[in-house]
Amino acid sequence: MAGAGTPPSDFKAALGEAAAAGGIALLLTLPLVGMRTLETSGGLVIHPHFADVALTVLLVFLGRLGLVLIEAGRGGAVLAAAAAMVAAGWLLPFPTEALRGIALAGGLVVALRAGLALRSRHSTLTQAERDRRMDRVGARLQDASRLIGPVAVLFALVLPFMPFANRGVIDLGCLLLTYIMLGWGLNIVVGLAGLLDLGYVAFYAVGAYAYALMATTFGLGFWVCLPLAGIFASLYGLMLGFPVLRLRGDYFAIVTLAFAEIVRIVLLNWTAVTNGPVGIAAIPRPSFFGIADFTNSPAEGHLAFHQLFGLTFAPVHRIIFLYYVILALALVVNFFTLRIRRLPLGRAWEALREDDIACTALGINRTNIKLAAFAIAGMFGGFAGAFFATRQGFISPESFTFIESAIILAVVVLGGMGSQVGVVIAALLVVGLPEAFRDLAQYRMLAFGVGMVLIMLWRPRGLLAHRDPTILLHLRKSARQQQAESEARG
Amino acid sequence: MSEGNAASPLLTVEHLTQRFGGLVAVSDVSFSARDREITAIIGPNGAGKTTLFNCLTGFYTPTVGRLTASHSGRTWLLERMEAHEIARQARVARTFQNVRLFGGMSVLENLIVAQHNKLMAASCFTLAGLFGLPSYRKAEAAAVERARYWLERVGLVDVADWQAGNLPYGAQRRLEIARAMCTEPRLLCLDEPAAGLNPRESADLSELLLFIRDHHAIGVLLIEHDMSVVMQISDHVVVLDYGRKISEGPSAQVRNDPAVIRAYLGEEEGA
Repeated sequence: MAGAGTPPSDFKAALGEAAAAGGIALLLTLPLVGMRTLETSGGLVIHPHFADVALTVLLVFLGRLGLVLIEAGRGGAVLAAAAAMVAAGWLLPFPTEALRGIALAGGLVVALRAGLALRSRHSTLTQAERDRRMDRVGARLQDASRLIGPVAVLFALVLPFMPFANRGVIDLGCLLLTYIMLGWGLNIVVGLAGLLDLGYVAFYAVGAYAYALMATTFGLGFWVCLPLAGIFASLYGLMLGFPVLRLRGDYFAIVTLAFAEIVRIVLLNWTAVTNGPVGIAAIPRPSFFGIADFTNSPAEGHLAFHQLFGLTFAPVHRIIFLYYVILALALVVNFFTLRIRRLPLGRAWEALREDDIACTALGINRTNIKLAAFAIAGMFGGFAGAFFATRQGFISPESFTFIESAIILAVVVLGGMGSQVGVVIAALLVVGLPEAFRDLAQYRMLAFGVGMVLIMLWRPRGLLAHRDPTILLHLRKSARQQQAESEARG
Repeated sequence: MSEGNAASPLLTVEHLTQRFGGLVAVSDVSFSARDREITAIIGPNGAGKTTLFNCLTGFYTPTVGRLTASHSGRTWLLERMEAHEIARQARVARTFQNVRLFGGMSVLENLIVAQHNKLMAASCFTLAGLFGLPSYRKAEAAAVERARYWLERVGLVDVADWQAGNLPYGAQRRLEIARAMCTEPRLLCLDEPAAGLNPRESADLSELLLFIRDHHAIGVLLIEHDMSVVMQISDHVVVLDYGRKISEGPSAQVRNDPAVIRAYLGEEEGA
């Protein structure tokens, strides 16, 4: 069926099918999009939007036509047409921004489908072979990450002094690093120990409230409270662990989700302590390790940061300092994880993920191992929470909803469970892109969803799902070769 | 109890009964397995062999009965212990009917994980390990040496850095035995180790089990359907049918027991 000579009857059938899809779209959009009620002084008035309807129907028609033609073997032509449509969506004026977005997204989806169809027709690889090839790419990338890692850290270190680094960039950097740290923390529980925790935000909340309450009530400083916040979150992890860790799989995930909600609801309703939905305001900012403050006019007997270093006062100093604090915290989590993977505890976590019954048969106490994972990951979540509280200066239960847990989990799963570099890349995608595309307003969540679906289609096990052994009996190179041999064999 | 030689009872099973609701999977089974002997448990499908294993290794809590392990001058009541305590303290290791390896980890890592408790203590519960103290490094090197020893025994040295899940089936079975041996057990429980092996691999397995019995001086408890393996290497055979013990003794004696023949081949006509 491939080639240029598609019989006209085929084209006619495709047109018919597309027309049918357009008709259904017409039926649906006419009441939903076409008629909008407006409240005027004379009461409700129906306001017609027939241009929108026509465009939507046209889009559905074209999209369906494209898909049918791809199936009929005309992927190349469809690809060109869809690319033209994307260009048109970019350049030509549309009646509303929404429609422009739809045209762009629609054209993009059709173009992708056409491209995929073309590729899969040309390649004779099976899905498994393609997976393995991607895995090899992942392995190479991970090899490269030995170099990329230090370069990335170096870049992160000098970022605040780059010419383009205004306040917005450094703020975005702080946000990204917070999510990277949370992702690395959750990676311990989900990626290494294989416990699907849907309520990681609870640790974050406990850490944030622990710092906020201790700082506002007892006047303790950030550097005293930071370890305390970690300990509190860790204790919460242990407390949660005893009832929850008896469960497995889906039940475990649901109960962690429930406990995170309990934490949020307690924060919301225990007004006497947490100030309820109003939240806690005026949380003290961190000092420069207790030596100096970041203010223009320091209190009596205190030193200001700019005086200490002989600089002129600038509000950005504190932002840069906060940036370095979160960078250091995130790197601590990273180095801890890299180290613990080579220790008995980390290996036991991974063994637990692979087969918990076999672990028991080897004399490993599952409960202790799981509790350790919960307590350590919780501690890092608590650190991140304390940082969040001090950066924002204001916290309320609003900041600790389920969507936060979902985003952190998405970072870990998309990155590839257990992969440290994967978490960074996924955090850039999941948190960075929506921030970068703030102009798309509410459609950025749509774009986010499309991205997630695409990644799950191409890399169901995450972007970098390759795993290197933590200890080798033979030299590294020969191990790679052997692995490649084993893959070639089956 | 003492019989005056090395072959003292390592494991004693007394009146073991396991019920699941109305189903009696194991009913009033008593036998003992001696040190430095291979004790085989045979029986038709559904005879309760694996259930017996699960009771022994703490995965089930028996409804009735006493399970005693005794060695090194101490005695453990297995029915009161949790599965991981049985493996760690009473030094009973097991393999599974459907191989349970850590498939995503390398072959060597599988064997290192098996030495978890030892390494955990050496790393001072990860504190010493976190800072890379020499005492931990020494312990890890020793663990790798032990792993290398068992990899040599089961012929998997060359593939030590492969992912365990990528090994062929026979190699996975051998690796599971090596992993169990890395826990330094006194009693090794093998659940159908020869299932799915070809005759050559079965012969190698028999040799390996005899080596383990003779050179490591431990007791082996074996569930097996492959009669060539059972009859060749077993010192003692226990036959179960419908959860009951129907025969027990040396392999030659069990082979000719009419009750056993009936259980395997059915009632003879006119008998």
